[in-house]
Amino acid sequence: MAGTAFSSIAATGFAPLSAQRLLLFGGIGLIVAGMLFGDVFAVFVLHQNGGQTGEMLAAAAQAAADRDAPGVRNAFASVGGLLEDRGTKIDTHVHLTDAGYLALLLALVQPYVALPSRRKKRLAQIFLAGSVMLPVGIFLIHYVGLAYSPFPVIGWASVLADAGGALLILALLGEAWGLWKYFRGERTDTEPRLRFDNSWAERALLSGGALLVLAGFLYGAYYAAFDLYHHENQETAILKRLLDFNEVARPSVANEYGSLAAERAVAVAAHSHLIEFGLLAMLLSFIQPFVFLEEQWKRRWVVTFLTGSWALPVFVLLEMKIGLLAGGMADFGGLLVVVALIAMLVGVLRYTGHADAVGVRP
Amino acid sequence: MSRSGRLLLVGGIALAAAGMLYGLHYALFIEHQTLEHMGESLEGAFTQAASENWANAETSLTAYADTKYKYVRQVDAHSHWIGLAMLMIVLGAVFDRVGFSERARYWLAVLLLVGSVLFPFAVLLQTASGGKVLASVLAVVGAACVTIALAGAAVGFFRKASAD
Repeated sequence: MAGTAFSSIAATGFAPLSAQRLLLFGGIGLIVAGMLFGDVFAVFVLHQNGGQTGEMLAAAAQAAADRDAPGVRNAFASVGGLLEDRGTKIDTHVHLTDAGYLALLLALVQPYVALPSRRKKRLAQIFLAGSVMLPVGIFLIHYVGLAYSPFPVIGWASVLADAGGALLILALLGEAWGLWKYFRGERTDTEPRLRFDNSWAERALLSGGALLVLAGFLYGAYYAAFDLYHHENQETAILKRLLDFNEVARPSVANEYGSLAAERAVAVAAHSHLIEFGLLAMLLSFIQPFVFLEEQWKRRWVVTFLTGSWALPVFVLLEMKIGLLAGGMADFGGLLVVVALIAMLVGVLRYTGHADAVGVRP
Repeated sequence: MSRSGRLLLVGGIALAAAGMLYGLHYALFIEHQTLEHMGESLEGAFTQAASENWANAETSLTAYADTKYKYVRQVDAHSHWIGLAMLMIVLGAVFDRVGFSERARYWLAVLLLVGSVLFPFAVLLQTASGGKVLASVLAVVGAACVTIALAGAAVGFFRKASAD
């Protein structure tokens, strides 16, 4: 079955090391790297960081109660460091996965980019270089700081991140220029166009993706309507209690602050992961014709992907109610998504291997 | 490509560009100052409390809460515009496969476009003084538009599946 599908697809071409191939492999690789990073971050950093931030706020409150203004400033300097640590790691995860989505999207629009294949390949290389530099730079910001920097507030890691961002903008401008030329009537036809086999795997990913996005949107609307204002008022109330010198249970109030931060974090994570997995499912439906696996294996990996895509956000939400077990299940959900992505990547690699073996050229 | 697909694709690209421009403007002229103000207000509340200056501590805490309220919504508007725009672009590429008539697909696309523009705009409007009720109504209308359009697309993909 795969062989029959292959022969029809092969005719459309999928040139060795073409821009489309680079973006497809790079995109899936970036998403896998981003998800693995997110899993490691969730297990080893997220909760510990939240606890430490709560402790530092309690220390600031204690310093205020002791009329120790420098102590307050020291505690807040530590809070700033902890927030930077957490923020840069979340940003690394988000930028890796989002650059991956964008790479997949660019792979799909390559047939409509009217530029010579060498230039398209160069743009793809620039895009992928920027996609690696940007998150690596963001990750290093917390550790490198201002060491050896000639600038008063910008460190070398920020320079690396900004340079990565500039490369992404450059590559995207180039792609936009190619698209503009295509819409003006120029044609190069070096990449296969979007095609659909209308297979079960494609349909399941499209429908499942739309449902995931819908669920994420509905949950976000529910959170905004019923929990957001309540959480915001709760934060102010907790901070007021921390500043109350008569408050004897200051450490437990600080714990309340940590729990509130965790509650908000899981709500936002569930909302954004549902939507992102939905978008990813739809993007993956486009590449199914390039996944060179038996139909039943393609189905299995699609089911694995969709199961993980639902499990991760649902169990992330349940973390506040049933604790570590839910955390473990959420991580397992993430692992299912990663395994399914790697399996699809192997399928695309097999496809390209066969295409090269039979000498398919654009 | 059908009219509905084109509407989603062009609308999505335009919305993404608008969302990015808003984000660029926000990052250059507003975000840094907002974050600095937020940090200073919170630290100020604790420092004022250390000096037993309760009135100023309370004022600083209120300033922190107000600034954070605005910051969350301004960033949300930016990310939701771009997120919804990406969804429109992806859906635009496959909207012909939604198993309804082109007329029904077109109206679904219109609903998604209207909701995608309106919902983040309403979130942003919540930060303006005096427009909170209108903002909430617009947010509900925008969210309803997106929900109906997405539910329609999901059902449409299923319908296509069963028809095949």
